[in-house]
Amino acid sequence: MMSALALLRRDLRLALRTPGDSATVVLFFVLTAVLFPLGVGPEPNILARIAVGVIWVTALLACLLSFDRLFQLDAEDGSLDLIALAPAPLELLVLAKCVAHWLVTGLPLIIVSPVLAIFLNLPGEGYPVLLLALAIGTPTLSLIGAIGAGLTLGARRSGVLLPLLVLPLYVPVLVFGVAAIEAAVAGLPARPHLLILGGLLALSLPLAPVATAAAIRQALE
Amino acid sequence: MHRFANPARFQRLAGAILPWSAGLTVLLSIVGLWFALVASPPDYQQSETVRIMYVHVPAAWMALFVYANLAVASAIGLVWKHPLADLAAKAMAPIGATFTGVCLITGALWGQPMWGTWWVWDARLTSVLILFFFYVGHIALTNAFDDPTRGTRAAAVLALVGVVNLPIVKFSVDWWNTLHQPASITRLDAPAIHPSMLTPLLLMALAFFGYYVTVLILRLRHEIVCRKLRALRLTQGMGAPAMVEQGGS
Repeated sequence: MMSALALLRRDLRLALRTPGDSATVVLFFVLTAVLFPLGVGPEPNILARIAVGVIWVTALLACLLSFDRLFQLDAEDGSLDLIALAPAPLELLVLAKCVAHWLVTGLPLIIVSPVLAIFLNLPGEGYPVLLLALAIGTPTLSLIGAIGAGLTLGARRSGVLLPLLVLPLYVPVLVFGVAAIEAAVAGLPARPHLLILGGLLALSLPLAPVATAAAIRQALE
Repeated sequence: MHRFANPARFQRLAGAILPWSAGLTVLLSIVGLWFALVASPPDYQQSETVRIMYVHVPAAWMALFVYANLAVASAIGLVWKHPLADLAAKAMAPIGATFTGVCLITGALWGQPMWGTWWVWDARLTSVLILFFFYVGHIALTNAFDDPTRGTRAAAVLALVGVVNLPIVKFSVDWWNTLHQPASITRLDAPAIHPSMLTPLLLMALAFFGYYVTVLILRLRHEIVCRKLRALRLTQGMGAPAMVEQGGS
């Protein structure tokens, strides 16, 4: 447990010393979302209709950007070998890295999302559920993305390969994340969809680190 | 199970099975297609287009079945470091992807006259499309590494992760209100399909299964030979290709 916390602190400190990486992800999120009003046309009704989907899809893509760095840097300078050899279970350390990843990329995305919702003319009832759904959904994205990052460690063209592996697994989060906010906008209860999102998180929280740790062990063999 | 870890034993076994599976595939395809296209009645609602079912449904069954096989082979490969299981997983993935592709294409061809659309985003169609992406991702990951063992091991982890999609594909028609119809054959009570249509369907399913076994054996043999060649080249160094060709002929 102590080593997991130490790893979390180290990853956060590394991220804070290079704040540009995290800012790039947020900028990507904002820029791609801004392209949609320009591409689809500025009509408020159409924008309100597509706002939820655009925010979620761009959040997924922005999240993907940062994964090829998740284990790659550690693998290059050899610290991944030390992490794998540490007396603490690798699954726990992987979880610590996922938490750090979420704090550095997922959380900024959530903070910026209301601004994008204003750009895209999301109806007012959607805002609380938007924040809530992103808060429950983005940790799942970090956990699942870590599997892809572990699997593509050392692969040729890993940057192209990773989205191919991870995006199919993101589909449930996208479907229920969008459904929750659309239900709230339509005046229906968002709770069932949020519960399923929570279920996805509860499922990936124990299972994804196991798969990621297995992938990393294969990579280091 | 470990008795079959020996590639030589596998080659003997495969050699014994191959003529039978290939022969049965040809025979069952001919008989099944004759029943499907000639000897079975047209549907009272769908008329002749119902015959697409005899390709579509077996392809869908095989798409799921091959993925289940892939997952089992991957688990064996990961747990027991079983080299033949790794190669089997590598050999299965393109076959499964093909079955899934056939299922999607025939489904679109059937959907156009029956539903009036090539494609709808309902749960069954979407989950099968995602199954297809899992197969494609598996193939891409297998071939993404310079060290083939690393590729098959990474792909094995991915195959096990992708198992979550199998129950979604199977039960999507029960969990969601889909345009795709629910299961007619695998029900607790009697199948909701007339024997005159069930016969060609089962014959075609067996033909598809025979095709799978035949192609799997051929591909697996090919993979074993490739792996041996690679090992030979690595041990013999630069002059190896010429030596191997002499030894092989």
